[in-house]
Amino acid sequence: MYQWDFGILWSYRWLFLNGLGVTVGFTIVIVVCGLLFGLLGAFGSLSRFKEIRLLALTFIEAFRCTPLLVQLIWFYYALPILAGVEMTPIMASALALSLYGGSFYSEIIRGGIVSIDKGQSEAGAALGMTPGQSMRRIVLPQAIKRMIPALMNQSVIQFKNTSLVSVLAVPDLVYQSQVAAHDSYRPLETYTAVAIAYAAILIPLTIIVRRGEKRLAVSE
Amino acid sequence: MSETSKIEIRGLRKRFGSNEVLKNINLDVAKGGVVALIGPSGSGKSTLLRCINLLVVPDGGSVRVGDRRFVFGDGAKLPDVKTLAKFRATTGMVFQHFNLFPHMTTLQNVMEGPVTVRRMAKADAETLARAQLAKVGLAEKADQYPATLSGGQKQRVAIARALAMEPDVMLFDEATSALDPELVGEVLNVIQQLASEGMTMVIVTHEIAFAREVADRLIFMRDGVVVEEGPARQVIDTPREAATRAFLGHFHRTGALAPATTAT
Repeated sequence: MYQWDFGILWSYRWLFLNGLGVTVGFTIVIVVCGLLFGLLGAFGSLSRFKEIRLLALTFIEAFRCTPLLVQLIWFYYALPILAGVEMTPIMASALALSLYGGSFYSEIIRGGIVSIDKGQSEAGAALGMTPGQSMRRIVLPQAIKRMIPALMNQSVIQFKNTSLVSVLAVPDLVYQSQVAAHDSYRPLETYTAVAIAYAAILIPLTIIVRRGEKRLAVSE
Repeated sequence: MSETSKIEIRGLRKRFGSNEVLKNINLDVAKGGVVALIGPSGSGKSTLLRCINLLVVPDGGSVRVGDRRFVFGDGAKLPDVKTLAKFRATTGMVFQHFNLFPHMTTLQNVMEGPVTVRRMAKADAETLARAQLAKVGLAEKADQYPATLSGGQKQRVAIARALAMEPDVMLFDEATSALDPELVGEVLNVIQQLASEGMTMVIVTHEIAFAREVADRLIFMRDGVVVEEGPARQVIDTPREAATRAFLGHFHRTGALAPATTAT
């Protein structure tokens, strides 16, 4: 019978906290950048111009249909050779994760926009609004309400996806816990604690998402 | 007529894919005139209406409203979005399914055009919007959301919203077709009131009795062409064409669907 001893992790607390800080900070960066890419991808895929639509769809499918782990490694090792730009592991993984998240956000945002009845933008146009005005004033305010649960859900996934950056030696929670596990010879305790840390942050978030969904269902 | 006409449509053509919806349509509406468009579904009457404010862009022909004229077809450049928006701001449109903005109160719905399109100050827009709501008899519903209104009330708000742009022309696209029968009258009353004030209007409708009462001209369309056109009463009471007679035969002419006068 294995003797669990979580007490031993106490001496690595600063390492864990450090890693947790990197994970949370990293998540904030990739969610914000991902939403920007998502907005671009969504508007691109709804563009009046065929070339822009094609470009946006290529971006979305390229990142949606390849594994994130492959993208991370590719951005760090292959892109510098192709583009001739040196990237730190943090830059490479932030870029890959933002684009990966952006491809999913694109589909959520696009879906939200097209779910709004065509009569709404027609009514805006009939009042004399430009397409931009009717998007801002009429369509987006309604669409965003519908998108929020799915966007939150995708962001939860993005938070967990940051654990993959440890393969590029970005010192996130998983990377630091690897260090601690090797040092203490206590991988079981270490990874159990890591799992609990992720869950402790995400469970309250998912409760908020669920409440949001309920409130949305009431107002519709 | 063409010198005084407010709306002038010449040789209008429109097709959706292989389906030719409008085949060489001509239409004149005098200033202050009320034209009713009737016809079976698929006849092209709604598309024709939507071509008047260019919500549907025609393939050929010309559209003039007031002193703005657009020509379509070979070699003609399509108007850009800004020009289109400016043009549409001068015509009001009311839809079958109301298309109110559900995320705004009734008052905000009516203020939206003046504030966003006409760049009116909020306070002025609110005064204007409240006046329009009062005009359609819904002043006390200003702070409610559309979801809490009846169909008839929704459509009256939609009319107020269109009127808040102070348009020269009002277009009604089957404004009462989605309403419960007992709610049709309140909407028709508002339209009739507008007619008596001299608003130029084109009305796509299935309310034959109402068309007879309010419209001065009536156009019967079928399969993308104007089959018969003339003074509303004359076309309804003594149609010349067999197709018109057959269509009108579906309606009870005595079953007065619309009240004859405004109750106010």
